[in-house]
Amino acid sequence: MNATFLFVVIVLLAAMGYWLGRARALAVAGGKGRVLHSLPSQHGALVALWAAVPAVIALLAWTLLVPEGQRAVNPWLRVALVVATAGAGLWLALQRVRARQRARNHVEAVIRLLLLLASAVAILTTVGIVLSLLFESLRFFALVPPHEFLLGLDWAPQTAIRADQIGQSGSFGAVPVFVGTLLIAFIAMAVATPVGLMAAIWMAEYAGERVRATVKPVLEILAGVPTVVYGFFAALTVASIVRRAGESIGLEVASESALAAGLVMGIMILPFVASISDDVIRAVPVSLRHGSMALGATHSETVRRVIVPAALPGIVGGVLLGVSRAIGETMIVVMAAGLSANLTANPFAAVTTVTVQIVGLLTGDQEFDSAKTLSAFALGLVLFFVTLALNVLALQIVRRYREAYD
Amino acid sequence: MRTMSVADRTRSGVIAEFPDAAAGTAAKPAAFETRELSVFYGKKQALKGINLDIDKGEVTALIGPSGCGKSTYIRCLNRMNDPIPGCRIEGKVLLDGMDVYAADIDPVELRARVGMVFQKPNPFPKSVWENVAYGPRIHGLAATRAELNDIVERSLQRAALFDEVKDRLQEPGTSLSGGQQQRLCIARALAVDPDVILMDEPCSALDPIATAKIEELIDELSGNYTIVIVTHSMQQAARVSDMTAFFHLGDLVETGPTDTIFTTPRDERTEGYITGRFG
Amino acid sequence: MATSATSTRARVAATLKRRHRSEFLFRAFGLAAIALSLLALATLFIDIVWRARTAFVQTTITLEVFLDESIIDPEGKRDPAELRRSDTQTPIRAALRERFPEVTNQGQRRELYALLSGSAPFLLASRLVREPELIGQRIKVDLLASDDVDMLMKGHISRDLPPEQRQINDRQIGWVDAMVAAGEVRQPFNAGFFTRGDSRDPTTAGVLGAIVGSALTLLVTLALSFPLAIAAAVYLEEFAPDNRWTYLIEININNLAAVPSIVFGLLGLAVFLNFFGLPRSAPLVGGMVLSLMTLPVIIIAARAAIAAVPPSIREAAMGVGASPVQVVFHHVVPLALPGILTGTIIGMARALGETAPLLMIGMVAFIVDTPKGFTDAASVLPVQIFLWADSPERAFVERTAAATLVLLGFLVVMNATAVYLRRRFEVRY
Repeated sequence: MNATFLFVVIVLLAAMGYWLGRARALAVAGGKGRVLHSLPSQHGALVALWAAVPAVIALLAWTLLVPEGQRAVNPWLRVALVVATAGAGLWLALQRVRARQRARNHVEAVIRLLLLLASAVAILTTVGIVLSLLFESLRFFALVPPHEFLLGLDWAPQTAIRADQIGQSGSFGAVPVFVGTLLIAFIAMAVATPVGLMAAIWMAEYAGERVRATVKPVLEILAGVPTVVYGFFAALTVASIVRRAGESIGLEVASESALAAGLVMGIMILPFVASISDDVIRAVPVSLRHGSMALGATHSETVRRVIVPAALPGIVGGVLLGVSRAIGETMIVVMAAGLSANLTANPFAAVTTVTVQIVGLLTGDQEFDSAKTLSAFALGLVLFFVTLALNVLALQIVRRYREAYD
Repeated sequence: MRTMSVADRTRSGVIAEFPDAAAGTAAKPAAFETRELSVFYGKKQALKGINLDIDKGEVTALIGPSGCGKSTYIRCLNRMNDPIPGCRIEGKVLLDGMDVYAADIDPVELRARVGMVFQKPNPFPKSVWENVAYGPRIHGLAATRAELNDIVERSLQRAALFDEVKDRLQEPGTSLSGGQQQRLCIARALAVDPDVILMDEPCSALDPIATAKIEELIDELSGNYTIVIVTHSMQQAARVSDMTAFFHLGDLVETGPTDTIFTTPRDERTEGYITGRFG
Repeated sequence: MATSATSTRARVAATLKRRHRSEFLFRAFGLAAIALSLLALATLFIDIVWRARTAFVQTTITLEVFLDESIIDPEGKRDPAELRRSDTQTPIRAALRERFPEVTNQGQRRELYALLSGSAPFLLASRLVREPELIGQRIKVDLLASDDVDMLMKGHISRDLPPEQRQINDRQIGWVDAMVAAGEVRQPFNAGFFTRGDSRDPTTAGVLGAIVGSALTLLVTLALSFPLAIAAAVYLEEFAPDNRWTYLIEININNLAAVPSIVFGLLGLAVFLNFFGLPRSAPLVGGMVLSLMTLPVIIIAARAAIAAVPPSIREAAMGVGASPVQVVFHHVVPLALPGILTGTIIGMARALGETAPLLMIGMVAFIVDTPKGFTDAASVLPVQIFLWADSPERAFVERTAAATLVLLGFLVVMNATAVYLRRRFEVRY
């Protein structure tokens, strides 16, 4: 007797309740629709709810309250409990079917409650994220002090795999990981910001309607490409191009250089920056454009000295959202950046990032409760709060900008 | 075409039949001369062969019901219609005898000579000072910061705004009141030292007191600048302008000295509009 | 006044040349930025298509094999289970020796055997299960060539390289050339790529398992996120009071849409796997994680669609005595449905391409079998791409690219459907 079967039983009983309730309502009405306050189907639904809801609650209560060991004692007891609850609810509700009963109002109240619960899933998700990250991180910080994690310069979690080394190896200093993340994000934004902004300016200011209607969706394709595809492209094609180009001018380039990963990430974020910039540039009132034009400004003078400064808050917001994406992006760096934590700002060297470390630490062999595994959650916590802060800040800036011109 | 003939008659007729008016226009050289100017937006014709002279150093008011083409006309004078897709212009606009739409005319240079003030005040989201300094800066009119400061101060003074904002030069232009914003826009246009100032219903977004200040300013500026003002307020046209042109459905119906137009209009449409039978 | 105007005009004229040049440059920069973006897109697609082009054919070697019953089915029972495990390798190797009788040295024979894929005997055995009447006969069979021969034939291994730098030596190349000359090497369509699951052997690795895994995962995602998103959107647009609780929900939805996907993976790992003890690597858990991720996307789209339904329709329904719930479910939601569906498809497309959170919940395991249910261990297309991209064998590169094309193909279909829906049902009020 598993829970699935019981669930089916409850559904069947509810369906029966619906049918009986509806039939009873019809009988009460005696064929005259006007007698009833609610539709027969609403009476049916109310009876079905009375059959199903208490039974589901009973089932949940049983699962939560009866200890594991005693459940096997008599599996039929649970069946009996559920069926009895459902039957009792059904019977009681059936007795209460009256012409003036406000069945619709009751049913609709339940529907509204369900709608509210559905929208609360978003809150539950956030709470779930914060609690799970916080809980595991606290366990990590019991093994490795926070200041060591946040300020330490040596990251080598793999060496701590032996139990006697946990917390003593001093290899959980995440600064090189943070620096690597910032380096790659910086390279990405150095590509995405100027190219994306100029592309947006060209689309919004210079392109004809028809060209714009073609170019914009094509750029959006870039935004829809899965990141794993970018990762493949970065690891195989761009990395070797970067290495060959670097070596041809006599530079030593790591095969998993930060530059290759950053360049491809820049391509990924570019349409995002372009799209937001395009929107905010087009939102600048046309009167400013005319004002500048009437003074004899050339088009580019108008763009550079009036339109872009006016749109700047929106553009900054878009760039911040782009930074948040760059920091949280995983697959490109997992496939094209390195695993070893080097504290360097050299774009030709291999660096690692927060997301690469999380993936590295949590795939493959895992022992829970080890500092190595738990450190991934601490990194995740930092990642979550940094990206959250960037998002909130960016949305705030963009919103304030919109208000200024609405 | 009947409408064309009306426009034709207006041009030649007024001068011939009213020697006073003819003397008035002949005495002053024309800043703008428009010859058979037609404007099309796609297939729709917005102006139908306009012939109109605008006298130097005078205030010319363009009046007429909305959609009559007066705004389209004023925008032809500094080529603000250029970027409108599907807009086609026929005929000639001459500024001091030079064809504004000739191939070798740079609209940038033209607009430096022909300033414009818009319906709604549109200060840039910059400081008051930056707003006025914008034009001189892009055109390279000041070699030093002191020179630029000088231009800004002089322009604000000419626009009768300096005393109100002299302590707020670094505040955003958008923080001023509506009337102040519009005078700021006038100061911004004056800073480029134009010959002509076009005003497209400059008071339509302002309250009566602010309107009175702008009108006073227009009066002060006339003589030094050629001013063309589009307005739908009869009283305003009567108060500020020397010459008035009445537009209707893309035609120039009648033009002449303002007092003549308002007291003895020759065309029944002009009379109907002025006396308020339609608007 | 006149003198100042003249000098102003001269000054303006003096700047014009410089200003028009900078205008031209600025415009050129803008065009260059667009060109650069489009070039990046083109490079990406051409690179992948170019790499994938050879994955759709597979090299086979035709040999005459004597299917000796005494070796394959000594007991003669033709039991399918036995046949599946039967020794087909010995007859195949005998056939190879027969084809090249001059090879007698033990080491060279091993090189000879290496021309065929390690999977060739298994494929032959499963053919015998289907066609047991072949046993005892001498037949011509197309056997899968090894990945090295395949790469040589497709030109991915250069003959010009010094022998120690390539996986296949000069002697082996000689044998392959001899068989090519005799017409024994063919390159038929690689149907196995679409009908098999993953394999460590690149010659038999296919995407079917990953496609099924993706389908199961998306089914879970859809089943969870679609009703929840509609319910949440209806609540927020139609019923939510203007209070702090509603504001909190809205803030949460907007922020969740921008949380890095890997964080959802961490949530799935900590809550679904470690706390609730759900199975690792399962489409069920994958779908749950992805639905939490796509929920905000669909809710935002659904809210926009619901908000676009004009109030006059609500008032009309209200006016004939419908209750608020009836107004919403009889009138507003049906009218908003095309918009909601468009948003849902876009959300699903995003979920289909998502990799990082699935790595966290163990969908990164090596799985040969096609998953049969929601709790079986499974892989998904993007994870398959990631795994193959990580494999050292040269022959996996073309397959990774081909799997990418398959994934992009699905995405194109989904997005095209969304665009079609939007065009077809878009109502302007």
